[in-house]
Amino acid sequence: MAILVTPQTRILVQGITGDFGSRHAKLSLDYGTQLVAGVTPGKGGKSFDHGDHHVPIYDTVADAARQSGATVSVIFVPPPFAADAILEGVDAGLDLVVAITEGIPVNDMVRVKHAMKGSKTRLIGPNCPGLVTPGDGPQSHGGCRIGIAPGYIHKKGSIGVVSRSGTLTYEAVWQLTTRGYGQSTCVGIGGDPVNGTSHLDILRMFNDDPETEAIIMIGEIGGSAEEEAAAWAGEHCKKPMAAFIAGTTAPPGRRMGHAGAIVSGGQGTAASKIAALKAAGIAVADTPSSMGETLIRALKSR
Amino acid sequence: MNIHEYQARELFEKFGVATSHGRVAFTPEEAQQTAQGLAGKKIVVKAQIHAGGRGKGHFTNGFKGGVHLCNTPEEAGQLASQMLGQTLVTHQTGPEGKVVNKVLVVEAVDISRELYFAILLDRATSTPVIIASTEGGMDIEAVAEKSPEKIFREFVHPLIGLQPYQTRKIAHALGLTGPLLGQASKLFTALYKLFIARDCSQIEVNPLVVTPDGQLLALDAKFNFDDNSLYRQADIVAMRDKTEEDPREVAASEFNLNYIGLDGNIACLVNGAGLAMSTMDIIQYCGGKPANFLDVGGGASKEQVAAAFRIILSDPNVQGILVNIFGGIMDCNVIATGIVAAARETGLSIPLVVRLEGNNVAAGKQTLAESGLTIISGNDLADAAQKIVQAVKAA
Repeated sequence: MAILVTPQTRILVQGITGDFGSRHAKLSLDYGTQLVAGVTPGKGGKSFDHGDHHVPIYDTVADAARQSGATVSVIFVPPPFAADAILEGVDAGLDLVVAITEGIPVNDMVRVKHAMKGSKTRLIGPNCPGLVTPGDGPQSHGGCRIGIAPGYIHKKGSIGVVSRSGTLTYEAVWQLTTRGYGQSTCVGIGGDPVNGTSHLDILRMFNDDPETEAIIMIGEIGGSAEEEAAAWAGEHCKKPMAAFIAGTTAPPGRRMGHAGAIVSGGQGTAASKIAALKAAGIAVADTPSSMGETLIRALKSR
Repeated sequence: MNIHEYQARELFEKFGVATSHGRVAFTPEEAQQTAQGLAGKKIVVKAQIHAGGRGKGHFTNGFKGGVHLCNTPEEAGQLASQMLGQTLVTHQTGPEGKVVNKVLVVEAVDISRELYFAILLDRATSTPVIIASTEGGMDIEAVAEKSPEKIFREFVHPLIGLQPYQTRKIAHALGLTGPLLGQASKLFTALYKLFIARDCSQIEVNPLVVTPDGQLLALDAKFNFDDNSLYRQADIVAMRDKTEEDPREVAASEFNLNYIGLDGNIACLVNGAGLAMSTMDIIQYCGGKPANFLDVGGGASKEQVAAAFRIILSDPNVQGILVNIFGGIMDCNVIATGIVAAARETGLSIPLVVRLEGNNVAAGKQTLAESGLTIISGNDLADAAQKIVQAVKAA
């Protein structure tokens, strides 16, 4: 089953004609993802062409969803327009909106998050690599790739991966794939202080997903989302877990690249997160190089 | 981004937040003139640098203290002339100190009560929260730990904003009654408006004071701004003082690189913030000390890699470099070509370990091997970290 999306899920791209959006729309089409519509206001009626693919472009998300049957949107529009793009996806009644855009004003996200309350739409991101449910073709071809992750590093399987960081997720996925362990779904929840979906939300889904047998959770300094997820997992998670926390050496008060990666007022340290994870009985990798091995050990010790 | 005390006060004035009278001065003459405008009052002259601990600091010319009280405009001018152009050393500046280019000349305010008031974002609820306490002038984190009942919190619904009844609740919690209640409501409302309008991530008023004649004044504040919003905050960007920042961080920002200087000796260059942080962590885990955080981003160009090398090498403490690239989409060979060019251009003479993984990695490794440069190849992240730590120790 995987979580959130399957290889059959139909996707639309908001900002499909921009540099970033078009590049990754092409890579998703190459991966075999059901990318069925694009949205660029003012370019409705045109088509996004890539090889044999001709993806229709619409002016509005509502129209694109209605005509194409897409239930999920991925957003590549620039930061000043991204909050509006998310709300347009919510208004169109989509199941899932994935915001890749980095650099959205935090106040915009605060308002979006509160405006979305009570809607049926789930938001992933922003400032995230998106998500991948690997397919069963060669190099996981035929899967659902939403966002910017490299598709070929994945392998269909039963490990769930959730992370706040892009390249660190790829690192974990690659460690699993090269050791013969495939993934059910890999989700990047993003590096901003205000995001749509938390570690805990994804853990619950993996816990309920019959195809997911074990979980890797990757966190970093800032906030308390990892502590909350750990506390829940300690009581409720039935599946083997491994975790890694980035930022042990980060100086307090400085934003480490991600807007949300900051230790402030003594809160959000790597030490506090690692302690919470260990207290919940979760195996914590000592280094980013041992995320895969740590999970495999946790899996075997069951 | 940080701003000076006088700039915080300018924001207060613009948004109608009650504060004391005063102005910034760039010359002793200006300082004297401003002090004349405050006639009859005691005057404070304060050196304007970003570091804290100014009052207890000392100037390299021997003059003691970056904050002074005086009685006449002449004295204010005299004090300014002893601070301006001089280097002030505080516990936050490091031994090299900071040059003082401006002073704040402000009326001295008698204080009967010191309060604490801050607005920031509560990440757990994605909601702005006001934190107030009767224990002003104290370390607020210590207060929160020892007497949490003295910390008052009020959450603000971001879609309706701070409501008048909420400002009265906060005032009541701070014991602000009678005429002070109305002043408090007005001041808190103005501060919240400022917080939203200028995309602040934090405003910490320190101190918020009650004077013996019954005025509520915000005397100084620590502001933090949301970097993501600076594109729409031209007047905040104009307050940026690059002379207060690490020159390497300023240079990095010009190339869209994310660099933060640290005090170790092993530099790192990585794509992606999470991977960059964990590369620092693994250097320390292997017994080394990271010299910096450096994220070149997802699609680093050859020019960015070259700029990154120049910035790293301008840190005199750096004795070795670890490059860690997981090229998911970007071509590892493009990165390898950039590394070789940068190493040649900078005449690199310290150990360089490169760990490449991902797209077109074989070609990338070949480019490095055929470059004729002494580049040590790391098989994986752990191997690379061990190799650079060993190489630096051996050098």
